[in-house]
Amino acid sequence: MLEVEALTTDYGAIRALDGVSLEVSAGTVTAVLGANGAGKTTLLRTISGLARPAGGRVRLEGAEITGRPVEEIVRRGLAHVPEGRGVIAELTTEENLRLGGLWRGREAAPLDEMYDLFPRLAERRNQPASRLSGGERQMLSIARALISRPKALLLDEPSLGLAPVLVAQIMALLRRLADTLALAVLLVEQNARSALSIADRGVVLNLGRVVADQEPDQLQADERLRHAYLGF
Amino acid sequence: MSAAVARSTLLRSLLLTVLGGAGLWLLSVLFSSYNDLQLASGAFFFIVLAGLTVLIGVNGQISLGHGGLMAVGAYTVALLIGRQNWALVPALLAAAAAAAVIGIALGAAASRLRGPYLAGATLAFAVGLPGLADKFPGTFGGENGLTINPPTPPSVLGSSFPLERWEAWIAGAGALVAFFVLYNLLHSGTGRKLRAVRDDEIAASLCGMHVARTQTLTFVISAACAGLGGGMLAVVLQLAQPGAFPLQLSLSLLTAVVLGGLGSLAGAVWGAALLVLLPGWTNDAAHSFSLSQNVSANLQLAVYGVVLIGAMLVWPSGVQGGIRAIRGRIKPIERRAT
Amino acid sequence: MTKFIDLTLNGISTGAIYAAVALALVLIWRATRIVNFAQGGMLMLTTFIASAVINSTGSYVAGFLVALASGLLLGALVEVILIRRVEQAPPLNAVIVALGLLVLLQATAGMIWGNTPRSFPAAFSIRGYRVGGTRLLFAPNDTFILLAVIAVALSLAILFRATSLGLRMRAAAFQPEVARLLGVRVGRMFTLGWALAAVVGSLAGVLVAPSVFVGPNNFDPILIFGFTAAVLGGLDSPLGAVVGGLALGLVLSYVSGYEGSSMVTLAALAVLIVVLMGRPTGLFPAARERRV
Repeated sequence: MLEVEALTTDYGAIRALDGVSLEVSAGTVTAVLGANGAGKTTLLRTISGLARPAGGRVRLEGAEITGRPVEEIVRRGLAHVPEGRGVIAELTTEENLRLGGLWRGREAAPLDEMYDLFPRLAERRNQPASRLSGGERQMLSIARALISRPKALLLDEPSLGLAPVLVAQIMALLRRLADTLALAVLLVEQNARSALSIADRGVVLNLGRVVADQEPDQLQADERLRHAYLGF
Repeated sequence: MSAAVARSTLLRSLLLTVLGGAGLWLLSVLFSSYNDLQLASGAFFFIVLAGLTVLIGVNGQISLGHGGLMAVGAYTVALLIGRQNWALVPALLAAAAAAAVIGIALGAAASRLRGPYLAGATLAFAVGLPGLADKFPGTFGGENGLTINPPTPPSVLGSSFPLERWEAWIAGAGALVAFFVLYNLLHSGTGRKLRAVRDDEIAASLCGMHVARTQTLTFVISAACAGLGGGMLAVVLQLAQPGAFPLQLSLSLLTAVVLGGLGSLAGAVWGAALLVLLPGWTNDAAHSFSLSQNVSANLQLAVYGVVLIGAMLVWPSGVQGGIRAIRGRIKPIERRAT
Repeated sequence: MTKFIDLTLNGISTGAIYAAVALALVLIWRATRIVNFAQGGMLMLTTFIASAVINSTGSYVAGFLVALASGLLLGALVEVILIRRVEQAPPLNAVIVALGLLVLLQATAGMIWGNTPRSFPAAFSIRGYRVGGTRLLFAPNDTFILLAVIAVALSLAILFRATSLGLRMRAAAFQPEVARLLGVRVGRMFTLGWALAAVVGSLAGVLVAPSVFVGPNNFDPILIFGFTAAVLGGLDSPLGAVVGGLALGLVLSYVSGYEGSSMVTLAALAVLIVVLMGRPTGLFPAARERRV
């Protein structure tokens, strides 16, 4: 579904991504792990078009999307929940939701479907998004991404700042979504343990390079790797 | 700053000033009367531009009101020499002082304002100030303004000494003084403070610098320069009237500073040359291309507009060339045309 | 007493025009975080065009509509050709580009139409209403001005609050990057924002032209007043622009009446300084949270 091939991205003089390759199939969750500054966020931003790659390719459903404008990539069915959630505080919850589906028009998911999935959001539908708690904002940003019925979903550190109970809920939700909607989920996380608990595949980045690309069991079994890059 | 280094800056500036003075003297002797007048104009524009380039380029603030500050200087000189019979030098110093006082008020406001707000406030000042001439026509002579007698060359120079050369000497002397003072300022500890505040206000204040005070001080200095330049203008043109200080003047000052290179005194020289020579060039262009009256009258202005826009588009880091962006974050995203 | 009433009515009428200019500035500030110092020049140009149309066709309505249409086009062109290049640059660059554009527009207008100010017709009668035995300083044309500005303000409010397009524009203004990730064509939204703002500015231009006359420099004060009104109301708030415009209109009307018209611009400067020193975010500050 989503293929990344030898992707390279520079920030000025710094090479943030150095020949990263990975694959995410429909209905699976791939976790991207590693320390701060490893290039995880850059990876997502390059895939979704916010950052321009210096080399390499990205393919979605076989079609090449490398270097295309963000708006075009999104319209091919890729949704990116950015670092910090990106909830627009000045808009209401419902406005945020509606916004996500506008480009899809009639084929977007109906709002009620999202409210069924996230009842807490329904309670707050007309409140400014600034009033939402961290967990609610995470739900909103995911709902907002889902409403456009994407095929691939990129998430940047959804567990950030959330209590463990919520983290578990979000992870379980992501697993369900991958299974029921056949989404290709690319999940960037610092919280390696919770990410690996739902992932089909774990990719570890360090200094912009892939240092491991294995199944979660194998990653967790490799103590050296765990200590060096995953923090547990 | 160690004493040895301080002395060398002093020596260097003295040397440059003496050289500049010699050069100016030579030019003034070789030039015709008309060119001497241009030399004088260039000199007083240099004074204003030097102050303005320090404000914008070295300290990172902006002012669209320096035309108004020139007006303050010009009217001060006109009132003191014309009505109160003051001597030349005290009147010029008073002009600088008067503008500096206004500069304190504007500068205090400026230290609290950023970019567009400061631009807007100084813009309002430039557009509003001429209104005072209408409000108090008795003092300020209304639309016609105030005239003063031309400065007479001292008798030791001979009775046939050309007036224009004398004016060029006066203005040139002022320019050299301004250069000397600003050069030493920029190469001193205070100069470093100005730059530090421009580059990162937060870091500067964490180092114990009084950011607001530094910004106000810079504004006052640049205002004093504008006042002195305006006073010189009144002496050279023997006239101070509201029509001589329209908004366009402030904008042309800005253009000259942008073009000449922000933050450099040498750039102020180029800028002054532009302001003095451009009217002549556009007139010549109008004649050789037989342009209509309307076009030739506005050609100069059009050039300023194009320069301002072009400088920003062609050298996007031009304004900030010496200035690093205050927050300096890496911005990897490129805007795509949609 | 009559003088006070007259000045108040006059203040409301001129205030409506300042509100329109302030609205244009606020629209652009919200959309692209730039203060459009060229606004005065842009509305000057469209008013000149309207004047030319009125002179050649004899129809006020034609001139009015052409002014708005040319405003739309001019705003879009300016954004695409010039502003887009400095949207990501430090704010000082945008200020200088806008000023350069202002100067260029003034020079161009002077080249085409000359520097002598010309008159511009009012839409309706400028003879004040008769109340009892006195004639007020408020005429049918002033009613038109008020209604036109209110209509524009309401239309914009409806556009932004109740339509999908407005939602997209707001999203693009608040968080352009997030908006792009949601499929909003942010560049187009910026262009549209500038185009709409220019239309509002053009309206202000034709409404104020009868009293200031049409010349390259005659609209400079209006820019100052609009800017002051926008700052007074809060650069982020369209409602603030309207309130600020009316408030400023009243203040300046009183100053003009009791101190003379030559002090009006300096009075605006005084208001500006007071606001910027005392409450820089204006009467209606923006919501403080931006990043979530």
